[in-house]
Amino acid sequence: MTSSFTDRLLGRVKLSGWVSLAAPVLAIVFAGVVTSIVLALTGNPVFDTLTTMVDYGSQPRSLVLILNNATTYYLSALAVALGFRMNLFNIGVDGQYRLAALVAAAVGGAVTLPAPFHPILIILVSMLVGAAWAGIAGVLKATRGVSEVISTIMLNTIATGLGAYLLAQWAVPVAGSNNIGTPPIAESARIDGFAFVPGSSLKVFGLIFLAVAVGIGFHLLLNKTRFGFDLRATGRSEQAAVASGVNVKRMVVYAMLISGGMAGLIGMPQLLGASYSYSLDFQPGLGFTGIAIALLGRNNPVGIAFGALLWAFLDVSANILGLHKISPEIVTIMQGVIVLSVVIAYELAHRYRGVAEQKRVSRELAGAASTPQKEGASA
Amino acid sequence: MITTGPLGTLTQEASISTETTVSEVAVQLEGITKRFPGVVANRDISLTVQKGHIHAIVGENGAGKSTLMKILYGMQRPDEGEIRVNGSPVTFHTPGDAISAGIGMVHQHFMLADNLTVLENVILGSEPRKGGLALDFAAARKKIKDLSEAYGLGIDPDVLVEDIGVGTRQRVEILKVLYRGARILILDEPTAVLVPHEVDELFENLHGLVREGITIIFISHHLDEVLKVADAITVIRRGTTVAEVSPEGVTARQLAELMVGSELPSPETRESTVTDVVALQVTGLTIGGEGERKVLDDVTLTIHKGEVLGIAGVEGNGQAELVEAVMGIRPSTGTITLAGEEITSWTTLRRREAGIGYIPEDRHRHGLLLEAPLWENRILGHMKEKVNVRGWWINRKGARADTERIVRDYDVRTPGIDVDAAALSGGNQQKLIVGREMSGEPKLLIAAHPTRGVDVGAQAAIWDHLRTARAAGLAVLLISADLDELIGLSDWLKVIHRGAIVAEFDPATVTPEQLGSAMTGAGEEA
Repeated sequence: MTSSFTDRLLGRVKLSGWVSLAAPVLAIVFAGVVTSIVLALTGNPVFDTLTTMVDYGSQPRSLVLILNNATTYYLSALAVALGFRMNLFNIGVDGQYRLAALVAAAVGGAVTLPAPFHPILIILVSMLVGAAWAGIAGVLKATRGVSEVISTIMLNTIATGLGAYLLAQWAVPVAGSNNIGTPPIAESARIDGFAFVPGSSLKVFGLIFLAVAVGIGFHLLLNKTRFGFDLRATGRSEQAAVASGVNVKRMVVYAMLISGGMAGLIGMPQLLGASYSYSLDFQPGLGFTGIAIALLGRNNPVGIAFGALLWAFLDVSANILGLHKISPEIVTIMQGVIVLSVVIAYELAHRYRGVAEQKRVSRELAGAASTPQKEGASA
Repeated sequence: MITTGPLGTLTQEASISTETTVSEVAVQLEGITKRFPGVVANRDISLTVQKGHIHAIVGENGAGKSTLMKILYGMQRPDEGEIRVNGSPVTFHTPGDAISAGIGMVHQHFMLADNLTVLENVILGSEPRKGGLALDFAAARKKIKDLSEAYGLGIDPDVLVEDIGVGTRQRVEILKVLYRGARILILDEPTAVLVPHEVDELFENLHGLVREGITIIFISHHLDEVLKVADAITVIRRGTTVAEVSPEGVTARQLAELMVGSELPSPETRESTVTDVVALQVTGLTIGGEGERKVLDDVTLTIHKGEVLGIAGVEGNGQAELVEAVMGIRPSTGTITLAGEEITSWTTLRRREAGIGYIPEDRHRHGLLLEAPLWENRILGHMKEKVNVRGWWINRKGARADTERIVRDYDVRTPGIDVDAAALSGGNQQKLIVGREMSGEPKLLIAAHPTRGVDVGAQAAIWDHLRTARAAGLAVLLISADLDELIGLSDWLKVIHRGAIVAEFDPATVTPEQLGSAMTGAGEEA
């Protein structure tokens, strides 16, 4: 009667206190156990493999890679989470960020502006393209009732095709390879990384601060503003939102625009901090990783940060497995099991919390009822 | 923490008095106590149900009726006490155990699959087999027809459930339980979903069942119905059985007093506070275009400041649509004027801002965010009120302080404003909604079934608040299925039938009978 399973899955129902921490930790431990069993079944040394991964993953160079990967994962998961909080499944983050990064890279490579304006222009273009692409799905849903799941998936495919066409139009050969990419972006738009981890020359993306700022903005927007209240109210109960005067159709369009705009940021750390051009090998699939991480972090900006770091750690530490003749896909198994067991753990935690809260209320009321003054005070 | 001392002796006396007729007793509960950590849901419950009786259990919401029924149906186990069915002690671990002991439960909300036939629904989960794998539909059909005939249920096993009415669906639920061999039926609020004539049909069916030796435990808080149908009544208050009465020797009022343990307040408003200032003017409101069935047909009504206009009608005759049209949730044609200003084209939020409060019919779906704390629910629907927002930002402090005020002034029983709305009982949820909608000095309050499903105490409090606000000049559009509430609170009554206003009455002179016949469309214009 109260909340549906999807509500709990998507984190629109809050879990409080220690259960919100215990649930994912237990799930990760469980995933570790499952992975160990898989390792043992495939005839690999369980303990050695796991310690090798931790050793490798905690080296300075790996730590930088983890932070950089986590930055893009974080932005991606936040873009997905914004839709989730309103019951919108923006599956199209993947197409949105790829198209946005391509157009932004092309614009950035074509113009030259003074330092602070150049990267800002590129980022704005990227957000606008991402928002516009997601906005198509939003408008279709608001005006024609088209499921955003269907339309965003189709828009992903269209984005792939459109991206290939545009890249062919705009691209120049990348020096020293058979790769093609947009013309390189001038120095003025490049955002230098900084050496954050001692012992590694590798630099952390400068735009990691953008990711942190987006996380804080996400929290403020959702929890402190009227817009966020309307958005969460729509996610929790669309009917109640309509009855209280929320214009749900307009909210659908706005939420898709914002989600798409955030998706536009996903490619920026890579584009402005490392590759300076959008080429054929620009990393795909980040939008789907974002869905998994948003689920892991229950659409909460702090939870998503932990999820993104964990995911990045697993990705990076998987690189060592090949050297030990262990299939790196073991990590994919682990990531899959983590998502599944986290979902189950949240469900169990929710049930526990629901019962606990009702007990607490009836207990406190029973306590209050026994003091006669409280009773007499009633109208 | 609860001693069974003095109450325990009472129970013993009760059991001694029934011992002589022990062979006739279908269900006997003795000293049932169920504790949840820190709270006792049931305390020393004693209940004796005679075989072939309709035994009603009445009590306020939260009095412990549902816990008791869950215990009897094997969904929860008592901490203390004994259950005896047909004289022998039983222990239930699951509802399956209860069913094999012959106890079946018909839930308030039907559990039927619309796209299956009656037959398929009935056998679902206990399908008769033929030759190992195949379903024996013929045997099932015969058994269903036999049962239907024996108990006078009049059920055709081969129609789709989506094609049958609510009353028939309920009989299918009853049949489902009988099919599984139950001889003792628990009916949880069976009349809540039925219209008056379906209630009468249900009662005839129930009498038919008891004539065939079935025992029925009937949970309700419609006291008139209980008095009409029950052979014995047990009253539960604060988790324990406080009285066992016979329907002949008690009035509805006395029963209600037993339930709340105090004097029952009356719904009647005394002197008129109607002014001649028009608050709401609705003209020619229509939903449904040419050639379609009109859900709302040219409704015209006027409410003055300080006036309560009651809309009577059998549910589903356009009341919900009228409310939604006035709130701007559902598109309609016609004009709506609030305090002299035309609001026909306004959005719902703007109408609310202009001073329309709205107590929706279904508080869980339309009135609350169940999984959000109380103070966030204070903001719902009032997203532009000064206490709740500062420009674009949520005014957390203001909203919290105002929620505290509502909790205090409207006697919302809650340990705090940070608990989720779902944790509150129905009556307290409704008091929170009433308090919220009365905030910000509304000009018009739309109250759809404001006391439906709330306990007697909360009902009285809500009526008081409505009367006070009316005296202060509030105009109220009241929709209710409770005729006593309509007659008692309204200054003027209109009857809606098939989307049109078909009659009006002065509540001071109308009788429930007159109103009832107008509601069915049979009554002559008053």
